Amino acid sequence: TASGAMDKEYVGFAALPNQLHRKSVKKGFDFTLMVAGESGLGKSTLINSLFLTNLYEDRQVPEASARLTQTLTIERRGVEIEEGGIKVKLTLVDTPGFGDSVDCSDCWLPVVRFIEEQFEQYLRDESGLNRKNIQDSRVHCCLYFISPFGRGLRPLDVAFLRAVHEKVNIVPVIGKADALMPKETQALKQKIRDQLKEEGINIYQFPECDSDEDEDFKRQDAEMKESIPFAVVGSCEVVRDGGTRPVRGRRYSWGTVEVENPHHCDFLNLRRMLVQTHLQDLKEVTHDVLYEGYRARCLQSLARPGARERASRSKLSRQSATEIPLPMLPLAETEKLIREKDEELRRMQEMLEKMQAQMQQSQAQGEQSDAL
Amino acid sequence: QSGLGKSTMVNTLFKSKVWKTTLPGLVVPIPQTLQLHSVTHVIEEKGVKLKLTVTDTPGFGDQINNDKCWDPILGYINEQYERYLQEEILITRQRHIPDTRVHCCVYFVPPTGHCLRPLDIEFLQRLCRTVNVVPVIARADSLTMEERDAFRRRIQQNMRAHCIDVYPQKCFDEDINDRILNSKIRDRIPFAVVGADREHLVNGRCVLGRKTKWGIIEVENMAHCEFPLLRDLLIRSHLQDLKDITHNVHYENYRVIRLNESHLLPRGPGWVNLAPASPGQLTTPGPVKARRRARDDLEDRL
Repeated sequence: TASGAMDKEYVGFAALPNQLHRKSVKKGFDFTLMVAGESGLGKSTLINSLFLTNLYEDRQVPEASARLTQTLTIERRGVEIEEGGIKVKLTLVDTPGFGDSVDCSDCWLPVVRFIEEQFEQYLRDESGLNRKNIQDSRVHCCLYFISPFGRGLRPLDVAFLRAVHEKVNIVPVIGKADALMPKETQALKQKIRDQLKEEGINIYQFPECDSDEDEDFKRQDAEMKESIPFAVVGSCEVVRDGGTRPVRGRRYSWGTVEVENPHHCDFLNLRRMLVQTHLQDLKEVTHDVLYEGYRARCLQSLARPGARERASRSKLSRQSATEIPLPMLPLAETEKLIREKDEELRRMQEMLEKMQAQMQQSQAQGEQSDAL
Repeated sequence: QSGLGKSTMVNTLFKSKVWKTTLPGLVVPIPQTLQLHSVTHVIEEKGVKLKLTVTDTPGFGDQINNDKCWDPILGYINEQYERYLQEEILITRQRHIPDTRVHCCVYFVPPTGHCLRPLDIEFLQRLCRTVNVVPVIARADSLTMEERDAFRRRIQQNMRAHCIDVYPQKCFDEDINDRILNSKIRDRIPFAVVGADREHLVNGRCVLGRKTKWGIIEVENMAHCEFPLLRDLLIRSHLQDLKDITHNVHYENYRVIRLNESHLLPRGPGWVNLAPASPGQLTTPGPVKARRRARDDLEDRL
């Protein structure tokens, strides 16, 4: 029969995506998001709006006198969010104190150090013997907040972005965008885009749409790309005006800004990009490009002679913090490197001895002839 | 800092284009060092002429390291006092000494909503000792009414904690009427202001404002922002007082310091050897002459 013939041709691996889905859902997803920018740009409010949780409940905004002596600190907050049966373990990295002092020279260094430390940790784990439960604490995305009041990127913005752009996915965002009129927003976005190009700063590039996606999706995707940097407004308050439906927004005496209204700000675009469509891609780029770049740089510096000796010493004792921390390579590999170098040294020594012997011979011959 | 609407505010205050304002992207790059530049205009209203000099400070607070960025500003202010002093000590001096002294410094605080930043505190502490300072919350259209009030209270707390004495200073209130009026002002300082130099049609009227997709912010509407309070303070009611305090207090302080180091005064033409000031000489404002009493408007608004 016809159905019998069909059954013979059906192997059944069309069910693979379902298996993958079930496993992923069971495993859960994790994501580390860093938020940076000077204080007062609406960062905390935006994060709360994005994930609809009050991540900053216990936060205390430091007083003015405390800020006079404040240095930059890195704070980590974790939260588990669940939606439709899917669990996400979100880690938020905050940088309070950034850009607040009178003298902000080098204030971005602790942030760079933090990002690299996560890479380092992963490299150690990956090179270790037991790789069953590697925790991925690498920063997958950095939302950088730009002031809506500046005329583009300020010197501090440029310095920070330059320091981290090869180490983390940067998504630039204009905070408190309800301070701007439509024309001002456009002009500011263009200026920032121009400056990013001039300064050679690589922000996160959205991948191209697959050609088989429908027109709607492609149009949305193009719109989203064109609105970078996203001009955002955050709010956790619901405004209930008389006649209209309740919306999340900010109520002013001249009107209400609606956070989820695409004509008012780019909040929806940011949320869609960060959470709905590109979360996985951000993680992949972090792993395949940024982390690999870090690893390659690290191992290359290991290949230099001075570094190799330190590597052999480190075989016996853990690295102290005073030296450049190198990842611990597995013993087998270090052994191999040492053996190779030893071989080379021995060959060179043999050559030297031969040359010395030759020289002595020719000298002896010379003397003989002289004597003769 | 740049972008807080200083130039627009000046235009709005004097309803004439004292400065050309620019959109981001069309402007020159942030200057590397703080440069002050002044523009003088003579503006006229109902037969009364006002020679207005506005000094702008682009580049202040924009760098990564802003340490001592207030020095050029202090230097400029003191330079004007010095010029006046040099004219005043001449044997044969002009009937009307040209007055280039700064009568008021408007300080724009960015609308973070938190509290004063270290840079604001450093700047205000130093400048309040030299000139009349009126702080304002700049670009207040990004703060709701509740946020503004909370921000204002915190700023007032910060100023008390760091001994920042802004205009109108409590110790110069002359009589009980002054005290009542000035206390009302002091309660509202810093004013939350918005500036605009474009006009829009609202309910049949042409108003100065900013047009957004969710509404039009009217600059002269007290329900939207406190620009009218700033304008009334600076121009309609306290303009003469600002000049008096500058002359009787700040300038006198400067003069006393200079005369105490009078052996350092350069001996130009018409040099007069002044006796150094006696140590107990305090500066209190002398009897103030001809004061403008156009305060009804301001009182009404408060």
